[in-house]
Amino acid sequence: MVEQTVQIISNERDTDAYFQLTLQAPEIARATQPGQFMHLRIPPLREALLRRPFSIFQANGETVAVLYKTVGKGTNALAKMRAGEELSAIGPLGHGFTVPAGGGETPLLVAGGYGMAAMYLLAERSPQKGIVFVGGRQRVDILCEAEFRKIGWEVRATTEDGSYGEKGLVTQPLVAELKRGGRNRKLFACGPTAMLKAVAKIAEEFQVPAEISTDEHMCCGVGVCLTCVVPIKTASGWEYQRTCTEGPVFDSRNVLWEIAK
Amino acid sequence: MNLSVSIGKLTLQNPVMVASGTFGYGAEYARLLDLNQLGAVVVKGIRLTPVRGNPTPRTAEVTSGMLNAIGLQGPGVDGFIEKYWPFLKSLRVPAVINIWGTTVEEYAEVARRFDAVGGVGALELNVSCPNIKEGGAQFGTDPKLLAAVVAACRKATTLPLITKLSPNVTSIVPYALAAEAEGSDALSITNSFPAMAIDIESRRPKLANVTGGLTGPCIKPIAIKLIWDARRAVKIPIIGMGGIQSAADAVEFMLAGANAVAVGTANFYEPQTALAVIAGIRDYLQWHNIENIHDLVGAVRLS
Ligand SMILES: Cc1cc2nc3c(=O)[nH]c(=O)nc-3n(C[C@H](O)[C@H](O)[C@H](O)COP(=O)(O)OP(=O)(O)OC[C@H]3O[C@@H](n4cnc5c(N)ncnc54)[C@H](O)[C@@H]3O)c2cc1C
Ligand SMILES: Cc1cc2nc3c(=O)[nH]c(=O)nc-3n(C[C@H](O)[C@H](O)[C@H](O)COP(=O)(O)O)c2cc1C
Ligand code: FES
Repeated sequence: MVEQTVQIISNERDTDAYFQLTLQAPEIARATQPGQFMHLRIPPLREALLRRPFSIFQANGETVAVLYKTVGKGTNALAKMRAGEELSAIGPLGHGFTVPAGGGETPLLVAGGYGMAAMYLLAERSPQKGIVFVGGRQRVDILCEAEFRKIGWEVRATTEDGSYGEKGLVTQPLVAELKRGGRNRKLFACGPTAMLKAVAKIAEEFQVPAEISTDEHMCCGVGVCLTCVVPIKTASGWEYQRTCTEGPVFDSRNVLWEIAK
Repeated sequence: MNLSVSIGKLTLQNPVMVASGTFGYGAEYARLLDLNQLGAVVVKGIRLTPVRGNPTPRTAEVTSGMLNAIGLQGPGVDGFIEKYWPFLKSLRVPAVINIWGTTVEEYAEVARRFDAVGGVGALELNVSCPNIKEGGAQFGTDPKLLAAVVAACRKATTLPLITKLSPNVTSIVPYALAAEAEGSDALSITNSFPAMAIDIESRRPKLANVTGGLTGPCIKPIAIKLIWDARRAVKIPIIGMGGIQSAADAVEFMLAGANAVAVGTANFYEPQTALAVIAGIRDYLQWHNIENIHDLVGAVRLS
């Protein structure tokens, strides 16, 4: 983990409300593990003080990239920043996905929204290729499909309005795949909480392990403020653990879903 | 140049601390900055037993500040001593332990336990957390209860005691006087302000706890006034906090009457803030030819 002032190499619209930001950040790039994130201070945001967390989409030698959706003050201000401008980044942060071992389990990825970006490095570094199930409301919500195909992964898309791929929810093709049978499969999921809950239930039903990446509001990003917690089962009951430190990736069996928001 | 500050029998190398609840248990930020440069490290509030804390969302950003309702999540005295004390003890700067309880007896018991640990720099009595329904805030809003807590802790320990006052009172003066009279070595002013924010689309409160504590630069002028009020009433040192994000802010607190300061919310967005504040205070003293930082305390000019 380092805190650095980093330069924007590019910040371009990807699709619709999604932008890709690439930063010159060698120390962060070299240390990044799949599923980790960065905490960015967006300089034009004067009265909005807090940093914003973003999953690391790609880490290539000297640079890191994030894919982000403009949803509010910070992401809209970020979208106006240009190549050459600087911002402060803390990263890489958090506990990421377990990269499958060679000859081990077949990874099945389940993504919604920016979850696709959050899981790209996992796919890239997994010796075993698998399938990505990606869902969104409409076609523009399906991100970086080409990147996954380029590294030899199969992508199965669903949209709620049927404008792309199968019509419906991402869990439908996932369940169909699990029903076909097969051994040694493991689920990895990142997306809205409702999707994570559904994936956790499916994992339980089919008795397959699942790692899920949680999304909570964060202040510090480094474990000091205790704002970002999720309920995690322990030997003696349950406790709140930090998305930014023990997470964002948790074993779905350990999450107390009844209490998780 | 003399930057050192005394709080009871404790001497700080400089007047800049980090505020309770904004710096974890120290170790988390050790990878980003040299903690041994600080005046002191103040840890998150601890009571006797572990505390789970409030449901999420526990935070909401507001204009120039934030709300939080953590609910004093913590490992309890034993968990703290086992997990976090070894690191804190290894620092060259003092660790101040922020403590709380739901009864006067619990406060005293926690104080006794930390007295026995050996090596603790000071205890900060949190009588003012707005996010806990039982205890906490009511000790900070009733001068008699406050006096009872301070007196009980005073009997329980010889460690320097800092009483962290609630801002949620008509006048802070009776509270400052009560703490001083019962043997508190210093005051911390201020804790967060009770506050609320609502999402206008869902019409739901932004915090699961409905209300929370407001902190950050938006509270600074109110904190300055509280310190100014307390300074004229008591002789004991005051640790000022509330929205400090620069040396200029820290100097303003000192001119109002603070002997030392703590950086809180700013740690979250700029972890280097406390170090920058120390460097900036040095520059200020040099520029104004001030040899001893104590000469700044309460030195606001009224005419
Ligand atoms: C571990 C993690 C990884 C993330 N990765 C990505 C990513 O790769 N791409 C992407 O587009 N988004 C990602 N997000 C969500 C992203 O952080 C929010 O969309 C962003 O903070 C919104 O900021 P804003 O100022 O535009 O929105 P506003 O609504 O104006 O923000 C107000 C406050 O709420 C917080 N907030 C709002 N929405 C979220 C949210 N969904 N999660 C956490 N905090 C939120 C903001 O940080 C800010 O403090 C991630 C979140 C987490 C926790
Ligand atoms: C997330 C958070 C947690 C806090 N936890 C505590 C606590 O455990 N005990 C305490 O006395 N004060 C706590 N505080 C209050 C701070 O120590 C400080 O008094 C307050 O934040 C004002 O300073 P600031 O505006 O610089 O943050 C907390 C503040 C925040 C933002
Ligand atoms: S964001 Fe502060 S502890 Fe996780």
